[in-house]
Amino acid sequence: MSAGRILIIDDEPQIRRFLRVSLDAHGFEISEAANAKEALQSLTSDPPALIILDLGLPDRDGQALLPDIRAVSAAPVIVLSVRADEREKVRALDAGATDYVVKPFGMPEFLARVRAALRVRSGAEVAPAYHVGDLHVDIARHRVTLDGRVIRLSKREFHLLAVLVAHAGRVVTHAQLLREVWGPTHEEDTQYLRVYVGQLRDKLGDDPLKPRFIENEPGVGYRLIEP
Amino acid sequence: MKIFLGAAPGVGKTYEMLSVARRRRAEGVDVVVGIVETHGRRETEALLENLPVVPRRRFPYRGREFEELNLDALLTRKPQVALVDELAHTNVPGSRHEKRYQDVEELLDAGIDVFTTLNVQHIESLNDLVERITGVKVRERLPNHVLETADEIELIDLPPEELTKRLREGKVYVPEEAQRAVDNFFSRGNLLVLRELAMRMAVERVDADLQSYMQARAIEGPWPARGRILVCIGADAQAERLIRLGKRIADRRQLPWTVLHVQTSRAEELAEQQRERLQLAFTLADQLGARAESIHGSSIANEVLAYAAARNITEIVVGRSRRRLVQLRLRPALASVLIEGGSDFEITVASQPHEDVRTEAAAPGSVTPNRLRLRPYVESAIAVALAAGVSWVLDLYVQIGDLSLVFLFAVLISAIRHGLGAGLFAAALASLTFNFLFTDPRFTLRISDPEDLLSILFFLLVSVIGGNLAARLRTQMQITRDSAEQSGLLFDFSRRIAGAVSAEDLLRATCQYLTETLEFESIALRAYAGAGVGEAIGAAEPAPALIDIDRGAAEWAATHAEPAGWSTGTLPASWWLFAPLGTVQRPLGVIGLNLGAKHATLTPEQQRLYFAMRDQAATALERILLTEDVKRAQLVSESDRLRSALLSSVSHDLRTPLASIIGSATSLNELGDNASQSARRELASTILEEGQRLNRFVQNLLDMTRLGYGALKPNNDWCDLRELIGRARARLEEPLHEHRLEVTVAPEAEIIYADGALLEQVIVNVLDNAAKFSPSGSRIAVGANVQGEDLVITVTDEGPGIPPAERERVFDMFYRVRDRDQRRPGTGLGLAICKGFVEAMGGWIAVRAGQEGHGTRVEIALPRRDPPRNRLHEAA
Repeated sequence: MSAGRILIIDDEPQIRRFLRVSLDAHGFEISEAANAKEALQSLTSDPPALIILDLGLPDRDGQALLPDIRAVSAAPVIVLSVRADEREKVRALDAGATDYVVKPFGMPEFLARVRAALRVRSGAEVAPAYHVGDLHVDIARHRVTLDGRVIRLSKREFHLLAVLVAHAGRVVTHAQLLREVWGPTHEEDTQYLRVYVGQLRDKLGDDPLKPRFIENEPGVGYRLIEP
Repeated sequence: MKIFLGAAPGVGKTYEMLSVARRRRAEGVDVVVGIVETHGRRETEALLENLPVVPRRRFPYRGREFEELNLDALLTRKPQVALVDELAHTNVPGSRHEKRYQDVEELLDAGIDVFTTLNVQHIESLNDLVERITGVKVRERLPNHVLETADEIELIDLPPEELTKRLREGKVYVPEEAQRAVDNFFSRGNLLVLRELAMRMAVERVDADLQSYMQARAIEGPWPARGRILVCIGADAQAERLIRLGKRIADRRQLPWTVLHVQTSRAEELAEQQRERLQLAFTLADQLGARAESIHGSSIANEVLAYAAARNITEIVVGRSRRRLVQLRLRPALASVLIEGGSDFEITVASQPHEDVRTEAAAPGSVTPNRLRLRPYVESAIAVALAAGVSWVLDLYVQIGDLSLVFLFAVLISAIRHGLGAGLFAAALASLTFNFLFTDPRFTLRISDPEDLLSILFFLLVSVIGGNLAARLRTQMQITRDSAEQSGLLFDFSRRIAGAVSAEDLLRATCQYLTETLEFESIALRAYAGAGVGEAIGAAEPAPALIDIDRGAAEWAATHAEPAGWSTGTLPASWWLFAPLGTVQRPLGVIGLNLGAKHATLTPEQQRLYFAMRDQAATALERILLTEDVKRAQLVSESDRLRSALLSSVSHDLRTPLASIIGSATSLNELGDNASQSARRELASTILEEGQRLNRFVQNLLDMTRLGYGALKPNNDWCDLRELIGRARARLEEPLHEHRLEVTVAPEAEIIYADGALLEQVIVNVLDNAAKFSPSGSRIAVGANVQGEDLVITVTDEGPGIPPAERERVFDMFYRVRDRDQRRPGTGLGLAICKGFVEAMGGWIAVRAGQEGHGTRVEIALPRRDPPRNRLHEAA
């Protein structure tokens, strides 16, 4: 059974090959494009469920291609790049990318991101509840339990957790979190985030040295670890 | 250069030049016409046919258009021989050079041979002779040194009769406005004289050629050891004539020559007009090929003799000065002193022509205006009056034998303060006053007592001698003070520029000093060999603006290593006088003074000071540039060292993991299904681990380049230090798995203001090192706490430690601590990157001994900042 079609846009045949082999083994259907032109053709002729985009394309920069992809397709986009600079990441995420993976990467991690991205696709049914290990979050009922015990969260702490849960497994940029939790005028106030994430961690018993739930991506944002 | 020399216009110089040129062209020489005036002569025009011509340059000037030699086009065309007619021609203002011969010199410098024409009356040293003989003043003059650069001078001779015939036939072009003068000029007598002069010129030239030929081949000849001719000039109308005379003598004798002016204290009081005259004389001397010098001294004769003795002078030329009766009595004429004192020298005394006397007599006020200055005399009179008063009082109360001593005092004071004139005046006045007041019969000028008469006579004598001595003392003092002042200024200047570290600093300091001392706006420009001059640097920002002609002059000065611009022969239309720093081979820069804005020229002192400062600045600039060169060379060798270290590092550290990866992958491929489950897993994890190691290495190289470009701008924000340590640990899972990692972060150190990504990389590198250098199973402790103003992160391992001597060097790029057995894997970049990153974030990193002297402790300190809690609570 096909788990959905994935379009791989990368000019490196080797990268395409191992992605194809690996994803194929996990039941995905694969189409490939070696440049921006082929990608846009493939997008319209054969709409995929997920797009994997390399930023360093021969004919156009991936960053510039993102808005065009967004114009013709609502499918989640995972950006794949050797560019490790936080600013690049934030830029891609702000331009509509669903997630950002830096090359080189391990396949298990990558597959987790793919799954998380595909879950967003079926947005409507998405997770009113989240559970990792002994942590359960019930968004609709505003209930958080850890090992069966109810955790009391302030309104803002819960709101923050809810946003992370909505994007579980994917990185949410600082700006996005601040916008959604504190409102658009606080997009720059990253120190709020740090404090609230700290409080949230304390209450959830999460060790920042070895996070189980909330992972930091310095300079980019936070991610709720995939169930 | 070949000069076709003629006695007068119309003898056929241009015709001959073109004929020769055609012959050369037929021989295959690249001959090009730069500028040839045919004056409409048909035969000449016919010769021009088939010769390549560089189009002339058109100059609009005062509403008319002039055509001049297109120097730049000719320089670009670079023929073997260029034809340039009329060497003595004066260019239209606004041309690069004032005179055509300067254009020609530039052509010659560029390696282009030049054929040119010249009429004998234009030669500078013959100028006044021609003027005297023909009565025609020739304005276009050619300095003699130009003539000396000619390889060949060909005399174009035409008997006067034939020339007159050609004139009558209208074959000679004559401008109408000059018709009358020319009629006069072309008289038979004049033509004969000019022809004679031209022939003599050519013959002298042949002589000189022969002589230098014989000397060059050590053929014995009748000439004595070479000497030098010294021409002494004053700031008077005679100077120019003396210089021309000197030139003729020097030419005849085939000797180098010097023009000397001795400045006594009085020269400082020279009138503006005289100063200018001296200036002109020096310029003329320069043009005629003399060395011009001005020296200080109290006695002209002594200075001249000393100078002559020290410089192999064989002949001295002086003018006979017009003297007043009084002066004649008091001081003998310079010429006679020289003749008496200078028995070793041949001394030529030039007589003064009458008209000069007339001009000077006609304008007595202009000669020595300081004589008209009343103040010294008034003050002297006051001094004498005071002396009289004091004497009067003394006479009333005390009986003193001789009161004349009091007057002598006044005389000496006057002489010291105001010089000899005032001293003599005071002496005369004092003797009269003394006579009037104190000798019997009193209040008359009569003297009854012969003893009094004697005493007054002696008083006069003593005061004249004393006054003279005092005045001389004053002169000496003045000179000493002046030269002390100048050397003081120079010393001050050298101190000021000694502190300059960059060429720009130095040039700016030079400008400031020039502006302060000479009181002209000044400017400096760097010059580069073959690349013109750089940006203008002024005493202050912004630098004075230069127009094209100024830059042209600056460039010319730099490339030719000669002054250019205002008051020089090159581009005098520029307001700036530029003096070069450096040589033709290695131009360093130019400094310029804006003399044009004040319509000024430099006095000899200013000039001396200017050029002395120029020399000092040039030396200092050379020093700075050399230091820069050395530094650059060091940098180059340093980067060479880094490059080779990088290469060896890349070849080793990239290849090792690649070998494992390729080996494992090929094994997997080859074994295929035969591989056991565990073997397959092992090979795969080898590939993974080695790949990750490679990735860390590449990350290091990337970080290094980020640091190297200096473009690293930390993106500081509030981060949780524990998160960063956690991420670092996760990234180093494999290298760390055999160590016990203990993390203790003090609560006040949890929140840190830093660039999270950079700090994470720092922690990764330090931890990676700790893991690499300490035995497996040992403990690695990571701690963080606040120490004063710093937040300090420590990483302590239980490895072998780093010897104190090497603790600084571990942060050098590609440095590895020497190990007893072998070298550890690693790039030697890790700690260098840490240092770069930590310093970029405003902190420091250091290596110390670990606990109880064992192992290594790395300390990373970052400035501590209080997290903005208050604002947060308001917002929340």
